[in-house]
Formats: sequence, structure tokens, C-alpha cells
Amino acid sequence: MSLLTIDRKPIGPRLPRLQLSRARWLSPVLLLLLWELGSRTVAIPPRILAAPSTVLATLWEMTISGELPRNLVVSLARASAGLAIGLIVGVTLALAAGLSRQGETAIDPLMQIKRTIPSLALTPLFIVWFGIGEAPKITLIAVGTTFPIYLNLFAGVRGVDARLIEAARSFGLKGLDLILHVILPGALPSFLVGLRYAMGVALLVLVVAEQINAQAGLGYLINNARDFMRTDIIVVCLIVYAALGLAADQIVRSLETRALAWRPSFITS
Amino acid sequence: MSQPLHVTPHPPAASPPPAVRIRDFTRRFGQTTVLRDLDIDIGQGEFVALLGRSGSGKTTLLRTLAGLDPADGQTVVTPAAKAIVFQDPRLLPWKTVWRNVALGLSGANVRDRAEAALAEVQLSHRLDAWPATLSGGEAQRVALARALVREPGLLLLDEPFAALDALTRIRMHGLVLALWRKHTPAVLLVTHDVDEAITLADRVLVLNEGRIAAEERIDLPRPRDPDAAFHAIRTRLLGHLGVEVPVRRPAPTEGALVAFPSGEMVA
Repeated sequence: MSLLTIDRKPIGPRLPRLQLSRARWLSPVLLLLLWELGSRTVAIPPRILAAPSTVLATLWEMTISGELPRNLVVSLARASAGLAIGLIVGVTLALAAGLSRQGETAIDPLMQIKRTIPSLALTPLFIVWFGIGEAPKITLIAVGTTFPIYLNLFAGVRGVDARLIEAARSFGLKGLDLILHVILPGALPSFLVGLRYAMGVALLVLVVAEQINAQAGLGYLINNARDFMRTDIIVVCLIVYAALGLAADQIVRSLETRALAWRPSFITS
Repeated sequence: MSQPLHVTPHPPAASPPPAVRIRDFTRRFGQTTVLRDLDIDIGQGEFVALLGRSGSGKTTLLRTLAGLDPADGQTVVTPAAKAIVFQDPRLLPWKTVWRNVALGLSGANVRDRAEAALAEVQLSHRLDAWPATLSGGEAQRVALARALVREPGLLLLDEPFAALDALTRIRMHGLVLALWRKHTPAVLLVTHDVDEAITLADRVLVLNEGRIAAEERIDLPRPRDPDAAFHAIRTRLLGHLGVEVPVRRPAPTEGALVAFPSGEMVA
């Protein structure tokens, strides 16, 4: 060992060494193996938790039969509809509050008050108002996503470098031109942070909203599986939720690399 | 790079009206009077440097001329086409170099005009670069192109070389002089660098506590070397700024900071 550390001259192309101390994948894989082992030796009965191999098989079956894609589309549509409404409302309110003092005076206090109420706490009220169909689910997602969009875009608009605005004004930009060329591009990074949050919130609220008597969707699958103690289906749905979260993150990341190509961090990479 | 002697335009002696005309101008912020009873004329195509300590009101005056601060109905006459180069380049980081230059321009051949202006500051090769990739000197040259593309009757320079290293600053001095000769705008250069003011300007004004404390015409031929006449002007200007010049000291390099034994710096 000491010889190896002293002699550092590279001797030809070396195979990448297996460094167990840095292998971050190791513990998850070990856990999966233990889980599988536990399931096979009946230490973990299937009604508590299905084996990873069973979960994989179920995932395959549900995909082939079309059950999973069908319900996934329903859930995605809910999340997208809610997010779209949240985006429109959040962006409108943030621009109105960010671009004018009167707008801020009128809108910001209400938003700050609303912010103290967790969106999910509104669930009972929305059920009373909208029943148990699609409306309360989409409304919940819309309300939940409005805030991260509003807060970040508002802060972004207000945070645009005043020196840049002054310079642009000195070159004759005003009104809509100033907003389009200076304020909105300057607020874009903050907006994208808000969008990333909003996508996470949309997913979180989706999970809860779909517990409200859903007739289709991932939540419906989970509820059904719970009634029949099909832990394999529950885990499949959890995997899908995780995949959705990852996908949402990827979408915003690729948006950032395109829209913020001017940032030094993206230029160098 | 020696240029033929440039005949400095003299102040509004007779016919052409001055490019800038300020009469009896006073500006207060709350209890503080920043500028008081100012009378300033800048001739067409004249290069004027405005010297002053921090807080002497230089920047306030420049902002008023730029139209960034309101004149409040007082007599402040300026050409319609004005452009500023700030101390920091203030380029929009999300616009490429040529789009920054073209900012706010309208008309058909905006790109051509921006390209021509960038060619004048030797940046034709950086048209599509992001501002974040420019060096300090390059960014400031873009800012200069952005000002010149508007063909201003009045070019306002707000300590535009202060943040540059000494070598880049010397090159920028030459560039600004060349562009001024070519486009002949009236120039107001705000600076606290006495040597820079003497090197560049036709006339130097010293602003102190909101008033013009002194005025010095520089009739030296350009390019100006720090010779005896230069030093005489410099000593006088420093005197107006309240700085005692120590007896014999080595000639400083052009545009360098002037350091005094007390540790005080007059830049």
C-alpha cells in the first residue's frame, strides 16, 4: 500500500478503480438487496411491502395493460391545468404588484395574508364549494402554485439592477420597451426559481388532491390498491411520483440553459 | 500616433449657441444644497472636464444634464441627443454586444449602425459575444459605442475610466479623443483625476461645494505630455481642490493616481 502511494507515475492507461469509500450508489443498492432478501424469506410479508422484483413486474404489467399510462395522463392533465392557472394568476399578480406602487399596495398585503394559510388547509372549503369532482383538485393545485410564482417573480421584478434601468432610461427606453428589454429579462432567473418550486408544489398538492374521491389518476390507483392491500401497486405509484418530480426538475433545468444562456455559469459550461 | 494640432473650439464668443447652457441652477436634497447658483456653458464640440472631490455635486450635475434628474423648471438647455457612459459599463447581460449597442434605436439598419459603432471602438470581432465574457476595457468600449451610435450632441462621461487599469485607461483616453475629433460632440467628462482632466479637456471646471470654484483653459497641443506647462496647470487645479502640492516630485505617469505623503489620494 505504501509503495502504491509513493509511486505516483501513471503506468499506461489504468482501469478506473472501484473506490468503495466514494460509491454513493452502494447503500441504496444494499437496501434494495436487503428488501428483496427480506421479502423472499418472508421477514417482510407482501401486505406490508411487496418485493422489489414484484414491484418491477407489476410496473411492467400495468404499463402493458395501459392502466398506468391511462391514469398517469389523467393526473398529468390535472397537474398541468392547475399549474397553468397558477402560472397565469401568479404572473399577472406579480407583474401588477411589481411594476406599479398602486398594484403593490393593492395586491401584496392580500398575497402575504394568504401565504400564511397552507394551501392544503383549504381542501375542506374547496370540497364544500366545488364538490368532489375535478374542480376542487385543479383549484387546489392552482392556488398552491400561484404563490411560489408570485413571490419569486415579484421579488425578481423589484430586484432588477436599478443602474441598468437607469442606463436604459438614459438611452430613451420607457414603458413597454423598458419592461420587455430590461425588467422581464432581469426578473427571469427569479421567475424560473419560482417555476421550479411551483412544479414541486403542483406534484405535492396533486398527491393530496387525488385522495378526494378520484375516479381516475395515480391517486385513484393508490386508493384502490390500499383497499386491496396491493403494496406493489402503491410502490409503483410512488416510483411514478418520483419520476414526475425528476422530470419537472429536468424541464426547468433545460429551460434555464436556454433562457439564461447569457449567465457566466452557462457560458463557461 | 501623433495627430495634427487640434484647435480647441473656444466658448460661445459670437455666433454658434452653446450646446449646453445652465443658468442659476440650484439643486437641493432635503436640507442639503448640492448645487447652488450654477452658470455653465459648454460650446458646440467643446471638451469640458468637471473636477471635484467626492460629494462636490459632480454626478448630480451630470445626471441633471442627462435628464435623469428633473431640472424643476430651471434653465438647463441641452441638445436633444445625449448619451452617457457610466463608470460601470451597465450593459444588459442578457443581450449580446451588438444588441446592447442597438438598445433603444429604431429604424431600418439598426444592426449596421451598431456594427459601425463597434468597429469604431475596435470590437467588430465581439458583435455576438455576451457581456459577461468581455474584459473591463472591452465592456467600457461597448458602452462608448452604445453612446456614440446615437450621434449625441452632448456626450456625458461619468468617470468612465476610473475602474480600468492604468494601461487600459491610457488607451481609452486616446480612443475617446479620436472619437471626439471625428464626431465632434460637446463632451462633459466628470472625473476626480486631475491628470486625466488636463490630458483630455479643452477646459477644466473645478466644482466645490456646489459652485464652480475655478476654471482653467488648457491650450496645450494634444497629445499632451506632462511637461512644465502641464505641471503648472496641475498645481493650480490641485490648489483649487485644496491640495498642497509638495515641492519637487517625479513626474507621474499619465492618468495615474496622484499620491501624497500624507497618504491622501487625489485620483
